[in-house]
Amino acid sequence: MNRIETEPAIWKKKKRIAWICAFSFLLVLAGIFTFIKIGPQKDGTSSIFRYGFMANEKLWHALQSKKISLERTVPSGKKPRVNGTIGLRTELPEGDYKIQVVQDELKESFGLGTILVLPKTSHSTEFRCIEGWSEDMQYAGIRFSDFMSEKNLGKKKDGTYYSYVGLETPDGKYYVSIDMESMLHPQTLLAWEMNGKPLSRYNGHPLRLMIPIKYGIKSLKRVGKIIFSDERPRDYWAERGYDWYSGL
Amino acid sequence: MLLKHKHSLSLRLSHWLNVPIILMLVWSGILIYWAYPAYISMPAWAVEKFNLHHRLAEGMGWHFTLMWALIANGIFFVIYSFVSGHWRALVPTSRDLKNFIPFILSDLRISKRKFPETDEYNPAQKVAYTGALIMGFGAVITGFAIFKPVLLGWLTALCGGYQTARFLHFAMMIGLVLFLIVHLIQVGRSGWATFQSMISGYEHEQD
Repeated sequence: MNRIETEPAIWKKKKRIAWICAFSFLLVLAGIFTFIKIGPQKDGTSSIFRYGFMANEKLWHALQSKKISLERTVPSGKKPRVNGTIGLRTELPEGDYKIQVVQDELKESFGLGTILVLPKTSHSTEFRCIEGWSEDMQYAGIRFSDFMSEKNLGKKKDGTYYSYVGLETPDGKYYVSIDMESMLHPQTLLAWEMNGKPLSRYNGHPLRLMIPIKYGIKSLKRVGKIIFSDERPRDYWAERGYDWYSGL
Repeated sequence: MLLKHKHSLSLRLSHWLNVPIILMLVWSGILIYWAYPAYISMPAWAVEKFNLHHRLAEGMGWHFTLMWALIANGIFFVIYSFVSGHWRALVPTSRDLKNFIPFILSDLRISKRKFPETDEYNPAQKVAYTGALIMGFGAVITGFAIFKPVLLGWLTALCGGYQTARFLHFAMMIGLVLFLIVHLIQVGRSGWATFQSMISGYEHEQD
């Protein structure tokens, strides 16, 4: 450790400068804190956090599409955990269940019967809730990319994909939007079975999205509407301060 | 008068930047944790008092922004330590490890053994500071394992799976908080001159 010989006056000055720096540091911190708390907000959170989410999205999205969520074995018949009932509180409409598709000026609707006969794929993997819990779940249905090609959806006139897919419950109370790359991921399914059984009401009967490369908030239950668009469709939790991307 | 140069500017900068970063990471981590409190819970009135309900989004906003500040500061500190040679003062030698428990016993006045006062960090300091660094590193690793369990699936597997990684991340936080408590007590015991030297870099030795 170095020793220096100095005058008391110089030592006093040294200390004063150091303390001024320390207090300035505290002031800057208080300023940042205040700015975050009462400064500009964007979709329910400080714009600083919104930019933080977006910077993370840019960074991680580059790695996203090819990685899969590890396959697991799930005991058949185990009741999948239920979380959240927004959009499921009204009774299912009577009669043939229809799924509306909106893609620019094109508006089509598909009866459930025309979807359940599509080639079935099954995956078993860990599903992660944004709250922190996770559970291994098996799910089966039509791969979303297969659904798109079977029904000739999701592509613009020039043959390229739309940038976003939006999904909504029939009552429009819950809605999500997801980037196209994640929707084309092989583990992203429109599912009608979980853990070997047809979906229960609060697991999203009769048809739900299952997308294990995102937090569970994106796996919309009871799909009533699908939107293909280059403009990002609305997203329930992203309007309430959460990261829109929510990729894992 | 004679001054002792105790802490370089880089060290002090890194140290004081760590204070708000780690405090806010711990706090925002608690906000995230409270959306699904799997390990420790509190009575309802305490949760109410600390206003921990429904603040997950806010917690994530802080956490996923500030994590990069912690990483940047950590990298800065590691580079600084190697370039300046500070790591030699920090990393305990085998002798320090052997003296670790005896030193603590002596410090707590349980044993009568006396350790001479030196300019160096004492064995307990070296173990504690290095331990805090390792826990910080562990918090970052387990943090990434739960932040991107698909993209960094190999890292999540290395940490024992998603839920194990979450638990380890929580444990690292507890470890860092315990370190912080002991650290504050020791600063308090050591006195104003020690605290002051972390700000100015110097300590008055003799007139």
